[in-house]
Amino acid sequence: MDNVSEKTAKNTPEIAPPEYVIEMLHITKDFPGIRANDDVSLQLKKGEIHALLGENGAGKSTLMGVLFGLYSAEKGEIRKNGKAVRIHNPNDANTLGIGMVHQHFKLVHNFTVLENIVLGVETTKGGVLRMDEARAEVTALSQQYGLMVDPDARIEDITVGMQQRVEILKMLYRHNEILIFDEPTAVLTPQEIDELMKIMKNLTSEGKSILFITHKLNEIKQVADRCTVLRKGRCVGSVEVAGATREQMSEMMVGRKVEFEIQKAPMKPGGKAALVVQNLTVRSKHHGKPRVNNVSFAVRQGEILCIAGIDGNGQSELVYALAGLLAPESGRIFLGDEEITRDSVRQRNDAGLSHIPEDRHKHGLVLDYSLAENLILKNYHKRGFQQNGFLRFDKVADYAGRLIKDFDIRSGQGMRTPARSMSGGNQQKAIVAREICEDPKVLIAVQPTRGLDVGAIEYIHRRIIAARDEGKAVLLVSLELEEVLSISDRILVIYEGEIVADLDGAGATAQELGLYMAGSRKGEAV
Amino acid sequence: MSKGTGFFKALGRVSLGVLPSLIAIAIGLAFGFVILLISDSSRAVDGLKMIASGGFTGGMKGTGNVLYFATPLIMTGLSVGFAFKTGLFNIGASGQLLMGAFAGIYVAHNATWIPQPMLWVVCLLTAMCAGALWGMIPGLFKGLLNVHEVIACIMCNYIGLYGVNYMIRNSNIYDRLKNQTVNIPHAAIPRWGLDEIFHNEMASGFKDASSVNGGILIAILLAVVMYFVLNRTTFGYELKACGHNRDASRYAGINEKRSIIFSMMIAGALAGAAGGLIFLAPSNGPSIRVEEILAPQGFSGISVALLGLSNPIGIIFSGLFVAYISQGGFFLQRLNYMPEIIDIIIAAIIYFSAFALLVQNLIATAGRKRSARREREDDADDAAVPEEEAST
Repeated sequence: MDNVSEKTAKNTPEIAPPEYVIEMLHITKDFPGIRANDDVSLQLKKGEIHALLGENGAGKSTLMGVLFGLYSAEKGEIRKNGKAVRIHNPNDANTLGIGMVHQHFKLVHNFTVLENIVLGVETTKGGVLRMDEARAEVTALSQQYGLMVDPDARIEDITVGMQQRVEILKMLYRHNEILIFDEPTAVLTPQEIDELMKIMKNLTSEGKSILFITHKLNEIKQVADRCTVLRKGRCVGSVEVAGATREQMSEMMVGRKVEFEIQKAPMKPGGKAALVVQNLTVRSKHHGKPRVNNVSFAVRQGEILCIAGIDGNGQSELVYALAGLLAPESGRIFLGDEEITRDSVRQRNDAGLSHIPEDRHKHGLVLDYSLAENLILKNYHKRGFQQNGFLRFDKVADYAGRLIKDFDIRSGQGMRTPARSMSGGNQQKAIVAREICEDPKVLIAVQPTRGLDVGAIEYIHRRIIAARDEGKAVLLVSLELEEVLSISDRILVIYEGEIVADLDGAGATAQELGLYMAGSRKGEAV
Repeated sequence: MSKGTGFFKALGRVSLGVLPSLIAIAIGLAFGFVILLISDSSRAVDGLKMIASGGFTGGMKGTGNVLYFATPLIMTGLSVGFAFKTGLFNIGASGQLLMGAFAGIYVAHNATWIPQPMLWVVCLLTAMCAGALWGMIPGLFKGLLNVHEVIACIMCNYIGLYGVNYMIRNSNIYDRLKNQTVNIPHAAIPRWGLDEIFHNEMASGFKDASSVNGGILIAILLAVVMYFVLNRTTFGYELKACGHNRDASRYAGINEKRSIIFSMMIAGALAGAAGGLIFLAPSNGPSIRVEEILAPQGFSGISVALLGLSNPIGIIFSGLFVAYISQGGFFLQRLNYMPEIIDIIIAAIIYFSAFALLVQNLIATAGRKRSARREREDDADDAAVPEEEAST
């Protein structure tokens, strides 16, 4: 798998022109058992937005970790303004003016915006905090860059988009010149993404330089000046974004041509309702408000119904209630004609409900079990896998072998590999294989492609569509708009626990969905 | 692939599995030697020899006694190890053991209508049931109310201790003169000829027999049964799944509350059996003394389970080892070491031996590093050895 044809990394110049503010030259970083970065070079010009493109596991985050001082590289050199520097920890990075917005924000939730920004670099006088000066500076900064944030709001009260702005302000407050954004758009609505893009352009026009980690080509086309592509830890090359097409970049990233449009036959009409939800209300233990409020819908056979929405609007609770993990306060759930509202998880599974869970480590897998043991997690108790309470390992091995082959699940030691040591994509494939091969009537898939690379996403989508074509009802819960738009037959938008829109999958646009998801428009369709 | 290589592979896996325990034992012995040096350096080498030759010092009788003392240790080790495998820490083996012992003795003394050859079987089963019930209490708390089992177990230890003392005093099995339970020779576990093997032949023709009895065979049998339950049955599959990941088990439709309760009951039953096997031993087996000390076997069981890496088959051997070392300590008295020092040394050896898990992790990490380095050296010609960083 190592034949990287377009390897241009070796050609990096030995003497750097001074136009580069940061250069990472021939970086090699090993983790036990894996080489995360192999002779990777990256050069960032002053005032540019430089995208770092690659699939999951390509080594993007590792490379940025090296730059930010989270990891130290075995080989290679980092130069700032042409001078070699050593970065041992994030404090070193900070001193050099390198700041980073992590994928998962590092904020103190019960502190105010201002308190979070000054945390670690507080201005004090005789041990007493001097917040006034900080406040003035933060206000000035937010005006300069168009970051409208209330400095006295608590983090837990503001939106994710606002929290991201706080992270950006944190970097600006520390006078960072080089800003690293690690997949900043993953948690945002389309409108918020547009805002962020504007902010990023503002920042570069003020002389900041930006490194932007992503695997979304649209965003690169939208804002980036240049783009470095990583694949399997190696540098495939750097391109001028203006002169490259989406197709070219994706081919560099994946190593083969990728189909953007998923081939999907139109839905067969007239399927019977397979999963019916009536007036479901779910209240979680910690929140007073119902997390799912009086929700009703039906999924028909041969249909992919998607529930779209921003994370935390009740999707998880809805799915838990459907799967039997959380008891609903009121309402009824039917699988076909049978009511399953009070049934146990096992009864629901055996009645034909499959569930690809949101969190594959928490719910989806027993990480210390082998791959084979995980593949029978839901049907070990069925005849054929056990006899008089004894597991039949020969049958288990046959079944696991078949699934591994059918779904191309790759692992170090075959079915005996501990699930813990498998890659995320293959772990997810194992879960999908297990859930689809149970031959369910209804398949609930929550974020089935989260954190996967383009190839694996394409594969899992095809599998889900194939399940639909076999007449299974699919309930897809997704935060990724692209995913929602590309494979749904029908889309429901959930906002604060209520269904606010019921749209046809073919006609919907990202902008329209975005408005519903942000709660700024309410549909009458429900 | 031929059968031969498969066998050697399996052998390799087993020896790799045993290696951490052996290293831990070596560290333990080294530490014991240091204490010997400190307390009396002139006899330290002899002392270490004495410990290392352990139970064999006493000839066949000594060996038999090792088996005798190993019996309850294997059982409590199984109890703790089984709970470990299912994600629970059963620190309540002492209480469960005592409950089992009381129930066993009570039945032995009172249920005299049961035919004699069967009586010990009934008593042992009663002991296991009592242990299971006592183990069920922390299980219920954990399963239904999410109270940590360590807290509930510790409380149950003391409630069990004082409860049993109270019950003994107020029942007909109390021997007021000796402040202990009555003898129950009629319910003794048969020796099954083991005394014919494990005894020392005296010059006068007298057989100096060890205390070994059928209990050791029962303990080994139960260990094998537990091995099969854990590794071959759907029940064991469920219990282990709950131990590894409670959320995933619930998601998969396993009744995780029931599994936790069952796990604790089985652990309790095994500890209860330990109690039964101690006090149903033949030839005036020991009696429960009414005193305020928790049964030490319950806590030794933790070391035994750790040294055996919670594997039931491994626990048979670690139980034997701990008994063997303790016997060696007993003979240290011949070298005029004070009993207190001996206790410290033995405790230290057992304690360090329980580091097997740590050693196992260290070996695993070292193995990963080595393979990573080899990979790196394979494709990097310059032999600059980069510094290793353990980050995840």
